[in-house]
Amino acid sequence: MRLMSFKSLLVAVFSGFFLLTATSVVAGEPGHGEEGKEANVDVTKVILEHIRDDHSWHLWGHTSIPLPVILYSDKGLEVFSSTNLVDEHHEPAVYNGNYAYKTFEGKIKVVDEAGAINEEATAKVWDFSITKNVASMFLSVTLILVIFLSVAASYKKRGVKTAPKGLQSFLEPLILFVRDEVAKPNIGKHYAKYMPFLLTVFFFIWINNMMGLIPFFPFGANLSGNIAFTMTLALFTFVLVNFKGNKDYWKHIFWMPGVPVPMKIFLMPIELLGVFTKPISLMIRLFANITAGHILVLSLICLIFIFKSVWASAMAVPFAVFINVIELLVAFLQAFIFTMLSALYIGMATEEHHHEAHH
Amino acid sequence: MFFLEVNPLVLPDIGLVVWSTLAFSIVLFVLSKFAWKPIMKSIREREDSIDESLAMAEKVKSEMAQLKNENEVLLAKAREERAQLLKEARETKDKIINEAKEQAKVEANKIITDAQLAITQQKMAAITEVKNQVGNLVIEVSEKVLRRELANKGDQEAYINNLAKEIKLN
Repeated sequence: MRLMSFKSLLVAVFSGFFLLTATSVVAGEPGHGEEGKEANVDVTKVILEHIRDDHSWHLWGHTSIPLPVILYSDKGLEVFSSTNLVDEHHEPAVYNGNYAYKTFEGKIKVVDEAGAINEEATAKVWDFSITKNVASMFLSVTLILVIFLSVAASYKKRGVKTAPKGLQSFLEPLILFVRDEVAKPNIGKHYAKYMPFLLTVFFFIWINNMMGLIPFFPFGANLSGNIAFTMTLALFTFVLVNFKGNKDYWKHIFWMPGVPVPMKIFLMPIELLGVFTKPISLMIRLFANITAGHILVLSLICLIFIFKSVWASAMAVPFAVFINVIELLVAFLQAFIFTMLSALYIGMATEEHHHEAHH
Repeated sequence: MFFLEVNPLVLPDIGLVVWSTLAFSIVLFVLSKFAWKPIMKSIREREDSIDESLAMAEKVKSEMAQLKNENEVLLAKAREERAQLLKEARETKDKIINEAKEQAKVEANKIITDAQLAITQQKMAAITEVKNQVGNLVIEVSEKVLRRELANKGDQEAYINNLAKEIKLN
């Protein structure tokens, strides 16, 4: 009950802030249009700008926090501030480092004298910048470490004979949920070995999902809706599943027991494909769900600018709040599903078959 | 070239992949070592202690029940023993009384028999005595009659009557 009221309060506060920041951001846009005050807002551009990664952290209007740009190319490593990549009008500008760099839709490209993208040179440059998403991730890492190390400390302090208190009592049911509803039924008796991974994945995704829903600095980065992030997590699951996979797991892929030989040969490529589609589905599911949620909320807010009337907010705001509440649910659900499926894949790969003809 | 035409949203940046890998590895390592291990251990210990306490309670409960059962059995046994003792006492009492009665009866009979015997003996002795005396008297009277050979028949009869009067049967 306390959790529910806390959540609704959270939603109300965040929705309010979200509207404030979103409106100020979008209101800044028409200035770029050629047709003056009545210029149409390019909704697609606005939304894509909000959900993609960036080299600086946009706060409001023309105010942004510069972030370090780290590039590695055949000419060596270079580090510079992202302020170098914009001019005094906050438009992308050319920075002459080892190459001439300019950002296009948030991505650093190498340009020639004429300002055209030099794809060949761009391919040689590796971008390891601390982008908005990376900075947001560092924040989430700090947050997670602080939360769980303090909870671990309170477990040590309070001992096992007393009931959990405070943050500990909030997180213990979630930890037990991951253990009893996710790990135990899917992995079986060896579940304890995979608990640290499952718990870390669950809370890492969940906290980042929630941080993405908070619209103002230092939150609001679409990290868990970024395909690079979800790909990394899916890769962890992929590596874990295939490294821990036992003899039976590989046998089921390459020589399915209990079926005729032509069927075995037929199933081999399908099963082999399944090895890769599992993590890919994990990657796309999380990416698409979180990105879709962000797009939905932004689209509803943009309705105000499409209709060019403040009265549109009468409809847009309640809808945006409603979607935000649903997104809170989705944030938890997607973290749960990712963890659940990871546990399922681990369970399938480590399952022990005692009777072969059972299939 | 194909990938460059794809929406940049579904094009993973190598930078974020590297940083994510690093961040997740750090979180996984640190939390596994310093958070999940003690947390899971504490939870498991707490669950174990709860299980243990419940099992202990159950055990104590069954022990109590057993104790109660034993007590009841003991009580029933004691009650039975008491009843048995009372019964035995009653029987002993009856037996003693009966025996006393029997003995009294036997003694009484014996006394009566003795008395009767004594009476019979006395009676016989008395009768013998009477017989002897009667005999003696007859002899005495006969002697006196014989000694007085009187002509007088009247005197004779008066004399006999006189003598007869003298006989006092005591």
